[in-house]
Amino acid sequence: MKPPRFQYCAPRVLDEALALLDLHKDDCKVLAGGQSLIPLLNMRLANPAYVIDINHIAELHYIEAEDGYLAVGATVRQRQVEHALLVQEQHPILREVIKHIGHMQIRNRGTVVGSIAHADPAAELPALLTCLNGEVIIASVQGERVLKAEEFFTGYLSTAIEPGELVTEVRFPWMAPQAGWAFLECARRSGDYALVGVIAVLTPALNDTCMDAHIGYLGIAGQPLRARAVENAIIGSRLDEQVVSRAAEIAANLVTDDMEDVHATVAYRRALTSEYTKRTLKAAWERREQRKGTA
Amino acid sequence: MQEHNLFPTFSEESLIALTVNGSHYEKLVPARLLLSDFLRHDLRLTGTHVGCEHGVCGCCTVLLNGEAVRACLMLAVQADGMAITTIEGMAGTNSELHPIQQAFLEKHGLQCGFCTPGIIISVHAMLHENPDPTEEEIRHGLSGNLCRCTGYQNIVEAVKLAAERLRAAQKEED
Repeated sequence: MKPPRFQYCAPRVLDEALALLDLHKDDCKVLAGGQSLIPLLNMRLANPAYVIDINHIAELHYIEAEDGYLAVGATVRQRQVEHALLVQEQHPILREVIKHIGHMQIRNRGTVVGSIAHADPAAELPALLTCLNGEVIIASVQGERVLKAEEFFTGYLSTAIEPGELVTEVRFPWMAPQAGWAFLECARRSGDYALVGVIAVLTPALNDTCMDAHIGYLGIAGQPLRARAVENAIIGSRLDEQVVSRAAEIAANLVTDDMEDVHATVAYRRALTSEYTKRTLKAAWERREQRKGTA
Repeated sequence: MQEHNLFPTFSEESLIALTVNGSHYEKLVPARLLLSDFLRHDLRLTGTHVGCEHGVCGCCTVLLNGEAVRACLMLAVQADGMAITTIEGMAGTNSELHPIQQAFLEKHGLQCGFCTPGIIISVHAMLHENPDPTEEEIRHGLSGNLCRCTGYQNIVEAVKLAAERLRAAQKEED
């Protein structure tokens, strides 16, 4: 398998990249980590006339703590985020989620922003960004726009990116310091795309009921999902057995009828979604208690 | 295109300069050439094996500036200015085996050998980062490389032995 012929260019300045993108629009693919694009080229599922390699654009290489969120620039590797002290200390769920992406060899090249732009519904980062209500910064020669994750992901491998646009940054909101969090996924083999994955960030109130919940799913629908129905089922509660069971039941029904493939039937995915919802909610809520204990 | 004269231009081939196993190379390569094919066809370094060519099997794993990556998921043009180590660069100058290779030999950590170059490279990266891994960490570290012969038991044993020897050698150096 060899990639088809294309014209290659590696600009060093963002404005140049945007100008080139604008010039070639539909015929153009952006190359960052290449861990999704190159397989697609190898299998001839993608056949762009032009490839713009953004890896040399230094201004897109940053991980920064901002007011309200962690900003990750377009050329930052997944492994760099995984190992960044700032992320280890202040955004533990981002680190946990990244550790589940592919293998170390993939994360050494694959970028955080690239995974978001590729928008695989079974991928970890799109689900996390959706769950946390994060944002995507999209640039073009016309300027910049900011989209919420739920506006950005529009369907299976589909996003709101228009021809001529480039995702330059994604923003992962911070969790509240007292929040408990957990991420669990079920994959047949280490590094495989998960059959089902659940992310939960639960913030307790002073009276120790759940005051805020962010619950996200991967692998259960055509796009990453934030499950407000599940969130509503647990907000105000103390996550007793009955509440968690009810939440799991609601979650199972979110699995869409078309999620049937060689790896799992819809019924199996629903059973997994139910069980993993229970485990994730319990693990997240328990972590909240640990924090309280150490505070 | 006149107004974009100052801009970088697109082309179907590029001149790249890189270091592979300590040797410097300058080559004109097509944009679509994979790093794995560049190493095998252009440099005749056929120790880097090509299995699935979409990043699953791990046979083509090489070190890129010290980090383990899939050579089939990179274009050769992207390696411009970089330092690469392939399996051919692992043995010493007198062609004595690298301690990891020696451990695989002694522990019978291979059968057909197709996956071995990628595994040796991955193990090299793993032990560089974590010189004293637990068995679980070893298995996790090997999870990006498929072996269809061994059942992994002897590979894990080989990694344990290699880690032990590398630690001992490091201690002596200190």
